[in-house]
Amino acid sequence: MASDSIVNWSLLALSAPGWGGVLLQGFVNSIQIAIGGFALGLTLGVGGAFGKLYGGPILRDLLECYTTVVRAVPELVLILLLYYAGTDLLNQLLALFSIGPVDISGLMAGIFVIGVVQGAYSTEVLRGAIKAVPAGQIEAARAYGMSPLKVLRRITLPAMLPYAIPGLSNLWLIATKDTALLAVVGFSELTLVTRQAAGTTKAYLLFFLAAGALYLALTLVSNVFIGMLERHARRGFAEQR
Amino acid sequence: MTDQTTHAVAYTPEDLPTARSFFQPHRIVMMLVFAAFVVCVAVFMRWDWLPRYLPRLGWGILVSLVMLFSTAILGFLLAVPIGLAQVTGPWFFKLPAKVFCTVIRGTPLLLQLWLLYYGLGSLFPQFPAIRQSFLWPYLREAWPYGVAALTISFAAYEGEVMRGAFAGVPAGELEAAKAYGMSRWTMFRRIWLPRAIHRALPTLNGETVLQLKSTPLVATITVVDVYAVISKVRQETFLTYEPLLLLALIYMCLTGILVVAFRTFENRIPTRGA
Repeated sequence: MASDSIVNWSLLALSAPGWGGVLLQGFVNSIQIAIGGFALGLTLGVGGAFGKLYGGPILRDLLECYTTVVRAVPELVLILLLYYAGTDLLNQLLALFSIGPVDISGLMAGIFVIGVVQGAYSTEVLRGAIKAVPAGQIEAARAYGMSPLKVLRRITLPAMLPYAIPGLSNLWLIATKDTALLAVVGFSELTLVTRQAAGTTKAYLLFFLAAGALYLALTLVSNVFIGMLERHARRGFAEQR
Repeated sequence: MTDQTTHAVAYTPEDLPTARSFFQPHRIVMMLVFAAFVVCVAVFMRWDWLPRYLPRLGWGILVSLVMLFSTAILGFLLAVPIGLAQVTGPWFFKLPAKVFCTVIRGTPLLLQLWLLYYGLGSLFPQFPAIRQSFLWPYLREAWPYGVAALTISFAAYEGEVMRGAFAGVPAGELEAAKAYGMSRWTMFRRIWLPRAIHRALPTLNGETVLQLKSTPLVATITVVDVYAVISKVRQETFLTYEPLLLLALIYMCLTGILVVAFRTFENRIPTRGA
C-alpha cells in the first residue's frame, strides 16, 4: 500500500517488476496514433477544405454534413461508432473479394478513427486559412496558366500556411489528448496501461501522475516546436501587437 | 483555445443553416435520399428495445444536462479569478494560475477524471477524519468526482479565454472609469468585469458545446448519464449500431438546441464587434 509519505518509486522501474517500460510503450503507441491520425486528418482536411470551397453543390453539402456531425457528436461516441463500423465494413469488403476476415490491428483502427475525427476539424481550419489568402494571388496564378494542382502546390498551400498553423497546432494538441479516448475501446495506449498498472499495484496516484507528466511533457515539447514553426511561417509578416 | 479553433471543433451559431437554404433542387433530392436511408434504418434495424429503455434514457439525458450546466456555471465562476490573476495579479497568484491552465490543458480529461476518481478515491478512505466528516456519503459516490473533473477542465479552458478578455478591454475605458473617481473595486465591478464577460461571450458557446462533448466521459467512472444507459442497452441486447446511432442522434439534437439557444441569447446582446 502506498503510504502518503513514502512513494514506492521502484514501481516505475523500466524492467519487469516495475511498470515504467509498459508505460513508455503505451506512450509510444499514443504518439504513433496521434501522428498517424493527425496526418490522415490533414490529408482529409486539405481535400475537404478544397471540396467545400471549390466543389459542386452536392459535394459541398456532403462535406458540410461530415463536419457538422463530427463537431456536434462527442469524440467518444464517434470513436466507438467508427471503430465498430470501420472494422465491420472492411471485413465485409474483404469478404466480397472472398478474402477471409482479418484482425485489424488496434494501431490501424486507432489511426483511422482519430484521423476521421481530425479530418473534420482540419477541414474547418484549412477552409478558414484558404479564405484568408488574398484572392488576387490565386487569380494571378491562374492567369499565368498554372494548372489547378500547380496553383495548389505553389500558391495556395504555402500562402495559407501562416494562417493555418495556429489552428493546426491546436488540432495536434487535441489529437494527442484524444488518443486517451481509445482506452475505452481497449487499445493499450498510455491511459489504459496506466489504469492497468494502477489497478494491479494499487498505487493509483503515482501512476496517474506519472502518465500526466508524460502527456504534459509531450504538450510542452510540441509547444516549443510549434513556436519555432510559427516564427518560420510568419517571417516577412508585419509584427502584430 | 482561440476563437477560431473552438469554432473548428465545436458547432457554433454561424453554422446554422437558414430556413430558405433548404429549398434548392439538389438539397431536396439529397433530403429525399436521406429520408429513404432513415426509413431503411427504422425498418431493417432492430428498435424493439427502445420503449423499454425510454424512461432510463430520459433520466440519462437529464443527468448529462445537469452535469453540463452545473460544471459550466461552476467552471465559469472559477475562470473569472483565474483569468484575472493571470492579467493583473502579483507573481504568487499569476504563476499558479498559469501552471494550472497549462497542466489541465496539457493532459487528457479522461486521465484527470481517473486520477480524481481512482487516485483521490483510494486515498480518502485512509483518513479517518474524512470518513467521519459529513462529506463522506458524497465522496463515496462517483458524481462528485465527475463534477470536479469537468469543472476544473472548463475553468482551465475558459480561464485562458477570460485572460484574453480581461487583457483586451481597451485601456481608455479603464482610464475613463478612473477619471470619474471610481475606486478599483467599483471600476472592476462596473466596467472591467462586464466588458470582459461581454468579450468572452462568443467563445463561451463554443466552449459549452465542447463541454457537452466531454460529458460522456463521466460514464467511465460509473455515473449513469445517457452514454452509460446506451452502454447498458448494448450489453443487454448485444446490438452494436442501433444504440450508438441513437446516441449520436441524441447528442446532435442536444448540440442543436444548445446552439439555437445561444444564438437567441446572443441576438439579445450584441457581442460581435464589441
